Amino acid sequence: MTDTTAVSTANAAPNNQAPVGPWREFWAYFSENKGAVAGLGFFVVLVVVALLADFIAPHDPIEQYREHFLVPPVWVDGGSWDFLLGTDAVGRDILSRLMFGARYSLFIGCIVVSGAAVVGIAIGLFAGYLGGWVDTVAMRVMDILLSYPPLLLALVFVAILGPGLENAIVAIAVIQLPHYVRLTRASVMSERNRDYVTSARVAGAGTLRLVTVTILPNCMAPIIVQAALSFSTAILDAAALGFLGMGAQPPLPEWGTMLAEAREFILRAWWVVTFPGVAILVTVLAINLMGDGLRDALDPKLKRS
Amino acid sequence: MSLLEIENLTVEFQTAQGQFRAVDGVSLSVDQGELMAIVGESGSGKSVSMLALMGLLPWTATITADRLEFDGIDLVRQSARDRRKVIGKDMAMIFQEPMTSLNPCFTVGFQITEALKTHLGGSRATRRARAVELLNLVGLPEPERRLNAFPHQLSGGMNQRVMIAIAIACRPKLLIADEPTTALDVTIQAQILDLLLDLREKEGMALILITHDMGVVAETAERVSVQYAGQKVEEQKVRDLFRDPHHPYTSALLSALPERAQGKKLPTLPGVVPGLFDRPEGCLFAPRCAHAFDLCHKRQAVQAGAEDGFALCHTPLRKGVPTSLEGASLEGQVRS
Amino acid sequence: MIKLLFRRVGLMIPTFIGATLLSFLFIRMLPGDPVLLMAGERGMTDERYQRLLHEFGFDRPYWQQYLEYLWGVLQGDLGESFRTKVPVLQEFLTLFPATVELSLCAMLLATVIGIPAGVIAAIRRGRALDHGTMGTALVGYSMPIFWWALMLIIVVSGQWGLTPVSGRISLLYFFEPVTGFMLIDSLLSGQEGAFGSAVQHLILPTIVLGTIPLAVVARQTRSAMLEVLGEDYVRTARAKGLSPFRVVGIHALRNALIPVTTTIGLQIGVLFGGAILTETIFAWPGIGKWMIESVSARDYSVVQGGLLLIAVIVMVVNLMVDLMYGLINPKIRY
Repeated sequence: MTDTTAVSTANAAPNNQAPVGPWREFWAYFSENKGAVAGLGFFVVLVVVALLADFIAPHDPIEQYREHFLVPPVWVDGGSWDFLLGTDAVGRDILSRLMFGARYSLFIGCIVVSGAAVVGIAIGLFAGYLGGWVDTVAMRVMDILLSYPPLLLALVFVAILGPGLENAIVAIAVIQLPHYVRLTRASVMSERNRDYVTSARVAGAGTLRLVTVTILPNCMAPIIVQAALSFSTAILDAAALGFLGMGAQPPLPEWGTMLAEAREFILRAWWVVTFPGVAILVTVLAINLMGDGLRDALDPKLKRS
Repeated sequence: MSLLEIENLTVEFQTAQGQFRAVDGVSLSVDQGELMAIVGESGSGKSVSMLALMGLLPWTATITADRLEFDGIDLVRQSARDRRKVIGKDMAMIFQEPMTSLNPCFTVGFQITEALKTHLGGSRATRRARAVELLNLVGLPEPERRLNAFPHQLSGGMNQRVMIAIAIACRPKLLIADEPTTALDVTIQAQILDLLLDLREKEGMALILITHDMGVVAETAERVSVQYAGQKVEEQKVRDLFRDPHHPYTSALLSALPERAQGKKLPTLPGVVPGLFDRPEGCLFAPRCAHAFDLCHKRQAVQAGAEDGFALCHTPLRKGVPTSLEGASLEGQVRS
Repeated sequence: MIKLLFRRVGLMIPTFIGATLLSFLFIRMLPGDPVLLMAGERGMTDERYQRLLHEFGFDRPYWQQYLEYLWGVLQGDLGESFRTKVPVLQEFLTLFPATVELSLCAMLLATVIGIPAGVIAAIRRGRALDHGTMGTALVGYSMPIFWWALMLIIVVSGQWGLTPVSGRISLLYFFEPVTGFMLIDSLLSGQEGAFGSAVQHLILPTIVLGTIPLAVVARQTRSAMLEVLGEDYVRTARAKGLSPFRVVGIHALRNALIPVTTTIGLQIGVLFGGAILTETIFAWPGIGKWMIESVSARDYSVVQGGLLLIAVIVMVVNLMVDLMYGLINPKIRY
């Protein structure tokens, strides 16, 4: 009796761990990275603030309080509880503007990433799968786009389309396109000749099905990581365009545009300049932290080294 | 006095899942000019114990030993700085993968003379002359030209010769060869092995040969230490070991040799070396052992005396038959 | 190696043609009449309009216009600025050294600090120093540099009064440019204090422009080092009894530098983008400021020409990076 127990414990030990679902496994790796979890936490808070800005913002973002020009933040001498982070040069509440500004930044990020990703993945898939002249033309065009500094190219597109938030979004999406195309193409090229693709083709799958249903899911990990990183780049570039007067136009409370308006007061009223920049920095940082966590969790090569 | 004395060496690794004991109380002694073989499957800790001796393990490893002496120097109490004066000079090591063990960014000549420069000094010209001499010694044709070659321009066998040249550059007293032929073509394997034996003779150095190949052991070594799951399970003179293995594991390894096989089918040893999660509580070999008793699954094995080859077994084999076990009933025998 | 060079140059030709095409189309895609846009005049007479139409060639078919444009480009004719009436190429060459000087200083900062930081983080992997260094690097990588510039101005220039806020050198000094590089010219001028002033003016723009490349280099160096430190040849180097400094600084770093060099090269394009912001904020008379001013002033022939010139420079830099990669990687060289 005793001896059988001893044998069975010795043999059964490795079978104790039940297989975990892909989401559970992903979360296990992701949550190991404390920075990534913190980034995610901040991002969630930011989304909530952006969604509820109408209800939680203490003031209207574009209302000008004529008696309260350049009021400093509440903890500085002369500050007021009415304006926690102070007011700008025309008496608008900075905190409220920042809350509403979160909407623009997140909106820009979402539109740019989904636009660039969908178009870029489509081009990359077909260039990589079809090869030949389609591939050559697509890749040469991407090479050309990549031989310009991204911000300069965005500026030129905005110059063509005219300044404004929508045009800035289009311009930034275009300059991010090559990264998705190249990434997708490279993944497709490496997957194309795998056995599972051949077997799907032998089974009679058409090109469209082969590319989208068979190959694409196996290339998603690097694309998801790229999406996270380009979300933060999009926010930075949009803010830069706003700062240069080529993006969102005043009085929209976009963070970069707020900085541009505040520039002349840098030596007189530090808070007008400081807070929009802090908002950009912390948002971008949070997204990049998440991106790093995603990369570690999704890239099996880097996972356990 | 022996050249190398290892007593009760234990190496543990810190892993995310907890402490993993890769080497468990191994003892070993090697005399001047002796050829010792360490045999075992992958994961038996044979490389790790030698890497520990060389001080080449990462910082996640904890090394403890009752005694770790080389050439009269106490390696346990020695600082890392002093250890570096010994390794690469009096004690050298070559590795399994010649293609990745040489730095791809530096020429062969640089990598050989670097060892000379570190330990012996001398002028650039003498180092270069010695490098040419070394390449001649390891049988590399056109040594002057090879000095300027990069590792990727040479074949695996040539690279292993370069590795040997680096290792013996400072005329070491002990050379540790960690599976030096595993990654090479079969035809090259014999050449490299012959070269090592030849060099040992010429230079009068001791050689520790780590291998999983009993055939290699039979041809070369004088003494053999068999390791299993981080423990030394048997140590004997080669001739005695092949004639009368005392540990069931050794016995199984030997009967898996084609030359010794009886019958049409080559016997195999089922299962793998236990890892971090499936470590048995009794004798580590019990789950795979053909002679395991119920006691073997419950109590850790004890070391037998010299007459039984220090076998780590409750019932060491004699002429293939388990010796009787005090207090254990043969009825309870379980085969797993 | 020669073959590699030819192949890379061959690949550049279609990209160059594409870039000229983009510049050519740029003017024609702008909303509004191209003649009026190019001339930058309002209320011109019909007669003058017709003459300009012919002069700019807008009355000929597109393919003919493009070939004429390409022919001009190949001879170095990029048109002239309507604001200054100076040829675009000449303006570019006058301003270019300022951007190069700033970019080189920024790259130097990124390399000199970024590589050691990455190496140290890699060897202290998982410890506090690693987390600290990489956390700082991620903040740098996430930095909106236009805001960073303003913050530095507030603190370093405003509160501490340490550095000037704009320009390349104090107005007290004046000398004719010889090389176009202020650090060299100020030394050549022999005027006392000129060099110090030039250095002071460079400090903040260098920090601002160098921040993101610095973060990228540090992160890349760390990951390259981590990969290399696990290689067999590093163990071999340690088995020789070499000092840790030699093992890490020579054997590991030499291999890690191969991917890092590529990263540094690829940052050049990013640097030109950053130069637009940095030069604008610090009134640095370089290419970036020139481009943004031309866009704002609708000086489109300058934008058209500058766009092409910058693309060519990025292409040449990328070519040099590729060749450099071949030079430092023996597996490609031989």
